[in-house]
Amino acid sequence: MHWIKFFIAGFVFWALPALADDHITEFTLENGMEVVVIEDHRAPAVLHMVWYRTGSADDPIGKSGLAHYLEHLMFKSTTTQESGAFSRFVESVGGSENAMTSWDYTAYFQRVAVEHLPRVMALEADRMVNLSLDPAEVATELSVILEERGEVVESNPSALFMEQMRAALFPDHPYGIPIIGWRDEMAGLTRADVMAHYAGAYAPNNAVLILAGAIDPESARRLAEDHYGPVPAREIAPRPRAELGPKPPLEQSVTFEDQRVAQPLLGRLYRVAEAKGRDPVQAAALTLLAQILGGNPATSVLGEALQFQAQSAVFTSASYRATALDDSSFSIVIVPSAGRAMAQVEADLNRVIADFLAQGIDPEQFERIKFQFRAAEIYAQDSVQGMASVYGAALTTGRAVSDVQTWPDQIAAVTMEEVMEAARALFADASRVTGYLTAPATGAGGGQ
Amino acid sequence: MRAWAAWGLILGLTGAGLPAMAQIEVQEVTSPAGHRAWLMQDDSLPFVAIEILFQGGTTLDAPDRRGAIYMMTGLLEEGAGARDARAFSQAVEGLAAQFGFSASPDTVRISARMLSENREAAAALLNDALSQPRFDEDAIERVRAQVLSGLARQSQDPDWIAGATFAAQAYGTHPYASAEEGTPETVAALTQDDMIAAHRATLVTGRAHIGAAGDITPDELGHLIDMILAGLPQEGPALAGPVDFSLTGGVSVIDFPSPQSVVIFGHDGLAESDPDFFAAFVLNEALGGGFKSLLNEEVRINRGLTYGIGTGLVTREWQPMFVGQFSSSNELVGEAIGVTQAALRDVAQNGLAPERVEAAKQNLIGAYPLRFDGNGQIAAILAGMQRQGRPLDYLTTRNASIAAVSVEDVTRVAARLLRPQALRFVVVGQPQGVSATD
Repeated sequence: MHWIKFFIAGFVFWALPALADDHITEFTLENGMEVVVIEDHRAPAVLHMVWYRTGSADDPIGKSGLAHYLEHLMFKSTTTQESGAFSRFVESVGGSENAMTSWDYTAYFQRVAVEHLPRVMALEADRMVNLSLDPAEVATELSVILEERGEVVESNPSALFMEQMRAALFPDHPYGIPIIGWRDEMAGLTRADVMAHYAGAYAPNNAVLILAGAIDPESARRLAEDHYGPVPAREIAPRPRAELGPKPPLEQSVTFEDQRVAQPLLGRLYRVAEAKGRDPVQAAALTLLAQILGGNPATSVLGEALQFQAQSAVFTSASYRATALDDSSFSIVIVPSAGRAMAQVEADLNRVIADFLAQGIDPEQFERIKFQFRAAEIYAQDSVQGMASVYGAALTTGRAVSDVQTWPDQIAAVTMEEVMEAARALFADASRVTGYLTAPATGAGGGQ
Repeated sequence: MRAWAAWGLILGLTGAGLPAMAQIEVQEVTSPAGHRAWLMQDDSLPFVAIEILFQGGTTLDAPDRRGAIYMMTGLLEEGAGARDARAFSQAVEGLAAQFGFSASPDTVRISARMLSENREAAAALLNDALSQPRFDEDAIERVRAQVLSGLARQSQDPDWIAGATFAAQAYGTHPYASAEEGTPETVAALTQDDMIAAHRATLVTGRAHIGAAGDITPDELGHLIDMILAGLPQEGPALAGPVDFSLTGGVSVIDFPSPQSVVIFGHDGLAESDPDFFAAFVLNEALGGGFKSLLNEEVRINRGLTYGIGTGLVTREWQPMFVGQFSSSNELVGEAIGVTQAALRDVAQNGLAPERVEAAKQNLIGAYPLRFDGNGQIAAILAGMQRQGRPLDYLTTRNASIAAVSVEDVTRVAARLLRPQALRFVVVGQPQGVSATD
């Protein structure tokens, strides 16, 4: 059943297995810009992406939302181009474009027919250094990002809940601050703030170029040298991830009540230390653990126990997101059956975990999941954008192309005992947050 | 931008044809049992994607059994043949096949991806799900709880409330007017017999439109389709029929506690069979189709009144619509509605600047080959084209039809399609300075 997954999109992530592929080439321009070319000639199109090694976790203290604000302003005028000229060009050739800001990176991408690639590269290189930031446009766009926060976060209780969960998991680190920013800090962002961030982080030596589609490495190199080569390297501001406060000493809980909550939800986040996330064996073991515990509701440990046997939940899920510059997180979500109290749901979860630690992994399930990961390598190659994004996220979080390419082998090599070892360590760690999203007892939408 | 699919809408021509520049070729395949399918054969990856659209969808619900087809579709993967729900999921996992089952107002959609190495075994499993679903009582209760959970969530989702309010006003007594998921009352009353009847009514081979893409030959595909559809009936009950259209111009306000208001606006549209449809398609693209559309420029880019506004031509089988949507802060939404109304009035009277028409045409023409992106996507497009009644050669004529639209055509069709007096705005939130008109 997929309709429930929809409403916690953004809370769970499917850990897409990355790929080994013969059609991947990497090189570096003289100015330090890294380039990855992923060849796929099935369609006459190229996906062009520039990923900067800067994100919301690099926002100065008190100026949350700055990286995302700049991302919006990158679509405005430059010293050589009118506001919106890049978007107009992409639309005029039937292309698509978008941009995204995460904690660790900011990425811009366009997909166009291959003959339009040179123009796209010229325009992307232009806005890498020539942004003019017209004051009137800067002011209007502040209103747009406040509207975005209103629409994407404040209109959605589960998004507000997730902000609080992360704030509790990362009180000492900017991963606990929302990418889009806290509203009061966003409202105070200025043109000078944006300009400082732009000057300190946007340069070829802080960027990764990914070209994916109908292009050969030689043409890619020539085009990259033509368009990005002339952009001089700059001194890049360091990424001092602010120490915001002490680490949480013990397990914490977050209760979030909102009268718009019609379906209560229990979430649990475990913090995974950077060193573990970077250890390929540990990262692969946690990725498999998420699938075993909460991949497919009909066959996973949580699904079988809570949705099928106890029938105390209508949906369960577990996920692990390995790709982070610093600490990462392992998450579990349970949507309880109607009328089930949160304390019972939490007891359910703790019991399932304890039973799992005592009983271990069903070898047949382990085999099926391993086979699914192998098949996922094939299916993933059907999506150029998915593949390109795996490389972009990896290269902007301190990983190398070779890490991505050896990932399937890492998954294949992990043993059941290694997964159980990772599970024991994860669940023994006190760095975790349990969250309860509910309606107030007397509020409007109290469930069914 | 808005994902129209989230509201169960299908934009006109999104599944369109194949330009000369694409290197792929589509052929029509007729299976030994007589089922037709369109195939794009490509062996570069060792799997095949198959998309099956059963025409009729949730509009085939019996009047007092609203939600039956939606729930039945969710139950197809919850046990079939000799396997209960868990055994079925384990079998699918063991083959690393991927099956998707979903219902919408006009279709029940089956999406499958199967590895070349175990394709026949995967097809046999899919046939079990389609032809021998068990509808076990425990599975029904599990899925019923999920549907009820979804309904509870939707009842507090302002986007959903806006869409449901708009639909209820627009579609009179037609099934389109009510939520396809049913209501808590109708869902609570659904029985195993209702599931069997819903299954019998919808999964009908005579109404199946099939697209396939990937590593398979035409002969192999014919054989595979016969395997997948074996045991299904050829004919089903009559389709829903036309809508008694009931939308009027005006403003509706639904109180909802949120800092923003969600706005849906629209009126009736043009059918895909209408000779003016291509001109309307270009018009819509320029007006509200993309980031640089007129409405997004006016409301977002120039004034910062929203995160995004878009419009679409909704081409449901029984009633075409022109619909748009955005969200704005409660204190800004009145201004945003005013700007939208003024822009639509202006375009209805004066058409669009030639540059906008040209840019929209270039966008639609250039975007066309880029849609054929991956086996799954291509299979879905090929099935969708057949459901829309497109001939195979539409693949090569579609861009010429767009190119032939003139600025005068767009001006004429703007006056015909856009009727500011007929626009209904549904506003869900606590808007300031916006009053209901009725």
